[in-house]
Amino acid sequence: MALREQVRFLLGDQPRQLGPLDPTMTVLDYLRLIERRIGTKEGCNEGDCGACTVVLGRIEQGRLRYQAVNACIQLVGMLDGCQLLTVEDLAGPDGGLHPVQAALVAQHASQCGFCTPGFVMSLFALYQAGNTQDEARIDEALAGNLCRCTGYAPIVAAAQAMRTPGAEPDRFQAAEAETITRLAALADDATLCLHGDGRRFLAPASLGALAELLLAEPEACLVAGATDVGLWITKQLRQPDPVIWLGRVAELKQLALTGTELSIGATVTYTDALAQLEALAPDLGVLLRRLGGEQVRNAGTIGGNIANGSPIGDSPPALIALGARLVLRRGQERRELPLEEYFLAYGKQDRRPGEFVERIRLPKPAPDLAFRAYKVAKRFDQDITAVLGAFALRVVAGQVAEVRLAYGGMAATPKRARHAEAALLGQPWDEAAVATAIAALPEDFAPITDMRASAAYRMQVAGNLLRRLHLETTDPAALTRLVPARSAAHG
Amino acid sequence: MVASVLGVPSHAVTVDCRRMGGAFGGKETQANLFACLAAVVAKRTGRAAKLRPDRDDDMLITGKRHDFVVDYQVGFDGAGRICGTAMTFAARCGFSADLSGPVTDRALFHADNCYYYEAALLASLPCRTNTVSNTAFRGFGGPQGMLAGERVIEEIAFALGRDPLDVRKLNFYGTAERNITPYHQTIEDNVGLALVEQLEAQSDYRARRAAIREANRTSPIIKRGIALTPVKFGISFTATFYNQAGALVHVYTDGSIHLNHGGTEMGQGLYVKVAQVVAEEFQVDLARVRITATTTGKVPNTSATAASSGSDLNGMAALAAARTIKHRLIDFAAEHWGVPRDQVVFLPGRVRVGNQEIPFPELIRAAYMARISLSSTGYYRTPDIHWDRAAGRGRPFYYYAFGAAVSEVAIDTLTGESKVLRVDILHDVGRSLNPAIDRGQIEGGFVQGMGWLTSEELWWDEAGRLKTHAPSTYKIPACSDRPAIFNVELFEGAPNREATIYRSKAVGEPPLMLAISVLHALSDAIASVADYRLCPRLDPPATPEKILTTIERLRGLVDGQAAEAAE
Repeated sequence: MALREQVRFLLGDQPRQLGPLDPTMTVLDYLRLIERRIGTKEGCNEGDCGACTVVLGRIEQGRLRYQAVNACIQLVGMLDGCQLLTVEDLAGPDGGLHPVQAALVAQHASQCGFCTPGFVMSLFALYQAGNTQDEARIDEALAGNLCRCTGYAPIVAAAQAMRTPGAEPDRFQAAEAETITRLAALADDATLCLHGDGRRFLAPASLGALAELLLAEPEACLVAGATDVGLWITKQLRQPDPVIWLGRVAELKQLALTGTELSIGATVTYTDALAQLEALAPDLGVLLRRLGGEQVRNAGTIGGNIANGSPIGDSPPALIALGARLVLRRGQERRELPLEEYFLAYGKQDRRPGEFVERIRLPKPAPDLAFRAYKVAKRFDQDITAVLGAFALRVVAGQVAEVRLAYGGMAATPKRARHAEAALLGQPWDEAAVATAIAALPEDFAPITDMRASAAYRMQVAGNLLRRLHLETTDPAALTRLVPARSAAHG
Repeated sequence: MVASVLGVPSHAVTVDCRRMGGAFGGKETQANLFACLAAVVAKRTGRAAKLRPDRDDDMLITGKRHDFVVDYQVGFDGAGRICGTAMTFAARCGFSADLSGPVTDRALFHADNCYYYEAALLASLPCRTNTVSNTAFRGFGGPQGMLAGERVIEEIAFALGRDPLDVRKLNFYGTAERNITPYHQTIEDNVGLALVEQLEAQSDYRARRAAIREANRTSPIIKRGIALTPVKFGISFTATFYNQAGALVHVYTDGSIHLNHGGTEMGQGLYVKVAQVVAEEFQVDLARVRITATTTGKVPNTSATAASSGSDLNGMAALAAARTIKHRLIDFAAEHWGVPRDQVVFLPGRVRVGNQEIPFPELIRAAYMARISLSSTGYYRTPDIHWDRAAGRGRPFYYYAFGAAVSEVAIDTLTGESKVLRVDILHDVGRSLNPAIDRGQIEGGFVQGMGWLTSEELWWDEAGRLKTHAPSTYKIPACSDRPAIFNVELFEGAPNREATIYRSKAVGEPPLMLAISVLHALSDAIASVADYRLCPRLDPPATPEKILTTIERLRGLVDGQAAEAAE
């Protein structure tokens, strides 16, 4: 196995080749402490405020794709093969403002200014992804950027004004071919091995190399998007060693739809999975749009959300309700299990040493399967769930023929409400059956009280969400949601 | 603070502040701890020291807005007119006094909001607690006082089955009578009622309220609510001696101008506003005026940039400094070119002296050559204010700023989640110094207030540890939380009656309290589950859990009444 001991990337248009280096150094620390690029701000150091937003450029399908990420919870090794852009890169060589910056100035969209570089970069990514006037899309793109001063209205106005139709390509677009050539030259098959401080950051470039590496390093800390592991480093001051980053393994990024199922590679990001998942079940789209901010969705992966086993991860209950299965791999061996069986207890998953999540198999829902996912949190966007209910229901001739009720935030793991399901199965789908199922929930769950919600609230809402399911499946005309889904009508 | 910790005279310490940010309160005193610690390290090691706490540590260590428990009693007549009220304001102050005295005072000063209390007994109860020391935050106790006043109005409205807006209007301060506050200040500049009536009409409040009530009858899960609440906020430090400011203006020989004053910039646009004043005085482009970091080495003994008074105080101080230099220039030009003083007129970018026009830089150059001083300090103190705290009597406020907002919201009665659908604001800034900046303060203040009253919750565990101490757990409004429809207008045609800087009004704090309309709109939506017969008594922050709990309580009361009636 060939090894490369330095991470290679472009910082703006400058090549960088770094190593030895603290293998868990964050991109934010690298920018501020080593490069002295202090335009990128540290607000929370946990991927919630967006003040540290930077943009990564990567080659995808022959084009350059720019995406916003949180520098505070990205590791420097993860920049391998990318172009990293910070707020310092945007002004032209003559100091002229980028159209994104000019629009923010013109709309009075900056007050104290500490969030502004982050907004600039999020809007820059939106600008590169194509223009939009759609406020819902702008809200989505900015959900991961907090501003305490403006109340956001002028920032949204700037987003709508930043690009005039028919405008000349900006200099990043004009340089696309050259940037692609330069980035392509950085790609290789060698395993990246960053050393520093007696610790290592490893990044194999193929599935085979990963499987082999994990046999040799069975206790390694696997990192996909680092949206969770990043916080172990910044908030718990942990120093995982070695870190194995999965981001260079192309096979794990595959998303494949067949006649019967969607196969989701372990490192497919929320952003990349969104369209396909939404097409399968509209509420999956509604749910994923509310998971983290755009920066987190661009980095975080469905596989990671599962593998880390958080009791409040948003995707597992939804995938469990839809009957997803998990494919785990160790060396050349694979095994498969229903997703819900992967979660054993709080912080404990059925993953053996040397094993990794390879993909998730999501069966295509039957046309008569009703699926709903309801996330409840203090804030609509970018908040950690208090209660999440994900329900799959098939009613045949007025009777419940199939039902899976999966919850997040109600137990130490994502978990199905087996007693409530039993109360419904085979019964007429009516209010009485719903009441019986609600009465059974305390047999399924004993939720905790914490800063997100009290136990009593969680239990009450868990039941009320079943009432919403009933209403939505029996009276489609009833207004049941504060924020109507953006996509097509529900199935 | 730093000087006393280091044991050196104040002249040995210079404090510079280019800008600050964050808008989580605490700017008035909470930096002291970190400044003092860094100073000790610097002195001990002989090296520069910087202290920058992690966000979680910062939010655990520093104080926040005081939370209050308010007991209220009110007597009113059959129409809803308040005859008398008694309220007690118990505040969680934390382990030290910090600013809790003036904060609880300001709560009392605003317990009347816009309403005339014929008789009032208002008492504060600042409580020392074993928690972090609470502190100043936009509004400084005023919002908490106002919330209590507005709750009283709501109670009266429910007791009488009237629209709360009618009760509000009935109790509004008058202009010639019923215009004396509980602290014996006569309100001389009351534009509140006119403003409310204009907003009521232009927001179509009455028709929308009726339509919402009708729609709620047939919507089983989602209920909407609407409310109009006014704001009257007293402008001046209630500690009268703070109402003073200094400024320093230098004009250089190329005609460029350097400005420094005692106010700090925190995104409120103060630097630009004060620079505008100087540019206006000299009739030069704003780009000619350079404003530099606030520093105790240039302007000493500064008051906090607080109480919304930044531009009122520092704008006037800068004006005084600029005028001193301008008068010298006029004297010089009159003598040098042999014309009467009144024939020296400052025009945009130039000065007309008799029949000739001289570019501003040329005039400056000539004045310099003639050995005219081109530097001056300026000083201002707010006139006509006084306050006798012991007697509870005086004129603590130079004037009042008014505003009003109509908020429309929707709630989900299954989960208690809510959404602000539409907001219409009409706000009084006198004659605006800078409409774009003022609008930014109004919109931003509103959304900040909305967060305070809805999603922002401080939550302690059983061991007394604060568990909401970072953006991941303490949820301020995000982009999509801003009102989907957000109509913001400045109240026109009402320059400040007092001789403030260009007849403008302060705008920093008052708009925060416009968000009280959101709380009352949520309350209106909740009231629908009990057919609008029971006052929901919704306490902030109106988190989903709080809203759902309130709904359940009302439903329980209705069921209880029904059971009673059946017996």
